[in-house]
Amino acid sequence: MNPVNYLYLACLLFTIGATGVLIRRNAIVVFMCIELMLNACNLAFVAFSRMHGNLDGQIFAFFTMVVAAAEVVVGLAIIVSLFRSRHSASVDDASLMKL
Amino acid sequence: MSFPLLTATAVLPAVGAIATAAVPAKQRTAAKWLALLFSLATLVVAAVVAVRFDPTGDRYQLTESHAWIEDFGVRYELGVDGIGVALIALTALLIPFVILAGWHDADPQETGAESLGSFAAGRWRPTQGFFALILLVEAMVIISFEATDVFLFYIFFEAMLIPMYFLIGGFGDRAGPHGEKEAATQRSYAAVKFLLYNLVGGLIMLAAVIGLYVVAGSFSLSEIAEARASGSLDMATNTERLLFLGFFFAFAVKAPLWPLHTWLPNAMGEATAPVAVLITAVVDKVGTFAMLRFCLQLFPEASKWATPVILVLALISIVYGALLAVGQRDIKRLVAYASISHFGFIIMGIFAMTSQGQSGATLYMVNHGISTAALMLVAGFLISRRGSRLIADYGGVQKVAPVLAGTFLIGGLATLSLPGLAPFVSEFLVLVGTFTRYPVVGIIATFGIVLAALYTLVLYQRTMTGPVKPSTEGIADLRVRELAVVVPLIGVLIFLGVYPKPLTELVNPAVKHTMSDVQKKDPKPEVEAAHK
Amino acid sequence: MENLIALLVAAPLLGAAVLLCGGRALDRVGHLLGTLLAAGSFVIAVVLFSDMLGKSPEDRTFSQHLFSWIPVEGFQADVAFQLDQLSMTFVLLISGVGTLIHIYSIGYMEHDERRRRFFGYLNLFLAAMLLLVLADNYLLLYVGWEGVGLASYLLIGFWQHKPSAATAAKKAFLVNRVGDMGLSIAIMLMFTTFGTFAFGPVLDSVGDTSEGKLTAIGLMLLLAACGKSAQVPLQSWLGDAMEGPTPVSALIHAATMVTAGVYLIVRSGAIFNAAPDAQLVVTIVGAVTLLFGAIVGCAKDDIKKALAGSTMSQIGYMVLAAGLGPIGYVFAIMHLVTHGFFKAGLFLGAGSVMHGMNDEVDMRKYGALRKYMPVTFVTFGLGYLAIIGFPGLSGFFSKDKIIEAAFAKGGTEGWILGSVALLGAAITAFYMTRVMIMTFFGEKRWQPDAEGHEPHPHESPSSMTIPMIVLAVGSVFAGGFFSIGDRFLNWLEPVTGHDHGHAPISAGVVTGATMVCLVIGVGIAWLQYGRREIPVVAPRGSLLTRAARRDLLQDDFNHVVLVRGGEHLTRSLVYVDHTLVDGVVNGTAASVGGLSGRLRKLQNGYVRSYAVSMFGGAAVIVAATLLMRAV
Repeated sequence: MNPVNYLYLACLLFTIGATGVLIRRNAIVVFMCIELMLNACNLAFVAFSRMHGNLDGQIFAFFTMVVAAAEVVVGLAIIVSLFRSRHSASVDDASLMKL
Repeated sequence: MSFPLLTATAVLPAVGAIATAAVPAKQRTAAKWLALLFSLATLVVAAVVAVRFDPTGDRYQLTESHAWIEDFGVRYELGVDGIGVALIALTALLIPFVILAGWHDADPQETGAESLGSFAAGRWRPTQGFFALILLVEAMVIISFEATDVFLFYIFFEAMLIPMYFLIGGFGDRAGPHGEKEAATQRSYAAVKFLLYNLVGGLIMLAAVIGLYVVAGSFSLSEIAEARASGSLDMATNTERLLFLGFFFAFAVKAPLWPLHTWLPNAMGEATAPVAVLITAVVDKVGTFAMLRFCLQLFPEASKWATPVILVLALISIVYGALLAVGQRDIKRLVAYASISHFGFIIMGIFAMTSQGQSGATLYMVNHGISTAALMLVAGFLISRRGSRLIADYGGVQKVAPVLAGTFLIGGLATLSLPGLAPFVSEFLVLVGTFTRYPVVGIIATFGIVLAALYTLVLYQRTMTGPVKPSTEGIADLRVRELAVVVPLIGVLIFLGVYPKPLTELVNPAVKHTMSDVQKKDPKPEVEAAHK
Repeated sequence: MENLIALLVAAPLLGAAVLLCGGRALDRVGHLLGTLLAAGSFVIAVVLFSDMLGKSPEDRTFSQHLFSWIPVEGFQADVAFQLDQLSMTFVLLISGVGTLIHIYSIGYMEHDERRRRFFGYLNLFLAAMLLLVLADNYLLLYVGWEGVGLASYLLIGFWQHKPSAATAAKKAFLVNRVGDMGLSIAIMLMFTTFGTFAFGPVLDSVGDTSEGKLTAIGLMLLLAACGKSAQVPLQSWLGDAMEGPTPVSALIHAATMVTAGVYLIVRSGAIFNAAPDAQLVVTIVGAVTLLFGAIVGCAKDDIKKALAGSTMSQIGYMVLAAGLGPIGYVFAIMHLVTHGFFKAGLFLGAGSVMHGMNDEVDMRKYGALRKYMPVTFVTFGLGYLAIIGFPGLSGFFSKDKIIEAAFAKGGTEGWILGSVALLGAAITAFYMTRVMIMTFFGEKRWQPDAEGHEPHPHESPSSMTIPMIVLAVGSVFAGGFFSIGDRFLNWLEPVTGHDHGHAPISAGVVTGATMVCLVIGVGIAWLQYGRREIPVVAPRGSLLTRAARRDLLQDDFNHVVLVRGGEHLTRSLVYVDHTLVDGVVNGTAASVGGLSGRLRKLQNGYVRSYAVSMFGGAAVIVAATLLMRAV
């Protein structure tokens, strides 16, 4: 199978994730969309690794997973504490970082 | 290696600042005495510097040199010439009087600390802070007079803005006519204005300092000057001019030269009288001093190129400052505008590029410091009695407080350069020095002496003479502490007016060096008169 | 002997320092100390004078070098004194009349609680004035010049609680400062031309430079002289200066300080001799002031202001004479000395009258005082006869010589100047007779003041009358003593030089014409004031009278042009400074603030909008990269 197709899939996944980040309000969904984008990148890394025949891309994919895991830990903690204090997980309600 | 005398003059007040700041909150009086003690000790060391300095010796003496940031060729290099010694002596002389005059300016009841509640008031240490900041300014000013490394100079030139900012913004006169809140707003406006003006100047200078390093490969004043003199360092005309403008702009803001002057009246008006003296008599002198030392020495050709414009600006400063002083209603702002006029004279003397002009300008820096201190501190004593800076609120003071009025008059007469008092010597030298090369400029500047008489005498007439106003009836005459401030200053004014020789002997060789830097000779008189 | 010169200045200077810094403890002896030191100065002057007389006329120049004052590269100013015949004349006049007026002031200021300070100021004045005439270079002269200005400022404004006195003092100082500007420019010109400003080198090398330079120096010196000596156009301060205590008017504003301008011109004679254009201007200024002062003097009802007008006019004579060059120098100084006697006497007499009349100065409220104040009447009368030039008295000799010299100038100029001087003599006779009649003759016209106190004219105490008597003796005999055998001429000639000129008419004719003028002046005054009742309230008067009462509208001119104009200028400059100079900076600050206010709106707090901008930015970067690749 042509590895380019994996790249198309990665593009599709990334676009879905990005659209989700932009249009959804629920923080959990936004968060999952971000994960989707990260994984789209991972897919692209692995595909390129395959296409170019070296392991750099796969190593990067592992890095991305570690970062994603760390992000999940911090991000979910923030979302949970936000929900506790504001009884809402909507990102539009948390627009306090402005003057 | 000999004892680092120059470092000592700067370190002593810095140590004093730390010690004063560390005094516990309750021991305010101890903090004052400690600050006074350190300032007097600095005066003693400065006197030793003046004695050890040999006017006939090398250009820079008592030099110290240590590596500092070697990667950029920045060195800790100190050295003084006669001009530096004179100004260090002025600074060291004035600070004890500034401290003594501001004895009660930073007491907690003056700064509204009661409103902070008992807990905060216990830790609130405005008095310690006030005197520590003054000593810190002294340390920085003195080291700027000593630095012979451009980068070192730049650091302290800029750093002194920080303590000055807090001195202006943090301590003011008692509630003005519009209440404490309005006064605080005005004060912070003045402090921010002071800071912004000088930061912009400093920023442009920083660019020029870096540019100089790129071109010359060194920050050392003596190295660059030597390389320039020997011809091994050849700057392109335009490069030299741009670098000169960068340096000059910063000094002209600090000096201040028209039209960069508007921060001075605000700062001097809002600050307490001793701080105002610190601004105009001490800190601003760094600007004019740096013109002599850095602009003329590093960029002689560009200095000559810019002379016509600078002379015109100086002339405008002289006349414009004096006219605005006439139009002021606020005593302190009046003195500020008078100072702008006087700084015009100093800058004119520097750029006239004659021996008389430059000697006169250096003497002018010293004399203006002392005369303004005398006038401003007495004005401050007057203002502290009545709580108003407006001229119209006074009248007939000489009837109720004759000594105060008398000392105020002497301060005023010094400001208008009456012969017999020190400023006359310097003003006349500046005028003569300018006249020999630029007669028209000299003649126009002479109008300044008429205007000086106008603003001084109008101020004296409105505040001191006439029938006693009800508002001035209770004004007490000068107290012992205040006399101890004013009398020595007046004594110095009279002494230097009658016998300025010690000062001129100190300054003359330095001026000769500067004249050879710019490769200018005094114009010869038309007739070599047959001397007796 | 020469080392005594510094003591001349030091004695009164010491007095001033002690009296002004001494505090209340000295209140009881201050006036005695001041007088003693003034007298000490006079004694030293007499000692030096007798020493000088013992030497031959060529060796009569003493000098004393004290110390180098301002040593700067290429610039040498010394504190050094020079005492020659010209300075000696002034020193004797200043310390002599000065001492007399100190004595007079003991009585006059007896009831003033600040008498000690008054004597301190008087001593300060003496020191500065002596420094002025003893200096051996122009810069030191300048020190004395401004020093007397300061003393005059302090003394005019001595009663500072009166706003009018404070204003008059300030005005005097300011107008003088304009003159001082001239002196400082003259010194600068000398420095650029000769490289020095010591009398000797400058005056000796006058021949080496161009006439244009010398004319410029001369005109600047004249400006200085106009300021100090109240000559047109800087005369406006002298009338107001009468706000000061009367002894001050006598000493400073009649006998000594106001004649400093004449001293300056005579001292710089060599410069003026080589600059005929400057000389011409000097004579014109002298002639104009001579008439100006005389006309003003005719219209004033305030006795001191009438005398002030007269002073201006008499100094006009001196300046005129000094402008004539070597023909006139000696006579200018001679008139200066005799004028010092009789004008000081007249002022002291006026002070004595005021002392007895509750400080009333309006002559219309005097009258018939000769019965109440006989000594004052006689001494004032002798001064009066001297000033109008009554034959045999001082003024006769000195003024007559000036008129002769004016004619001797020759040409049309000579005729014009001579006629003006003659006309001036007639007007002098008129206004002085008017003063005399209104004060001492006729019916008594005084009335109770607002509080109902009727003045009780009485003779003044002897401390006041003795100086008046001494001055009256001087007014009578000085002129004759100087003129007989040309004593004064021989005394001064080695310093000032002398030239007889070529008079178109003989001295006898001039004297005759002067006498005719005198009789006409006295006659008209007698017809107008002696035969008619003098109204207590001044009549409206002719246009000229009204203008003369207002100092020929000089003050109105100053007020409209200088004061108003200056006020407008400073106000508009304050506005400009606030709105324009400061405005540019504040405007920059405000526009930066405004811009950041706009930019702030972008920060709306919505995470998603930030994300859009991030994606947008990323898209742009990618697009740009691709585009670059493609190109």
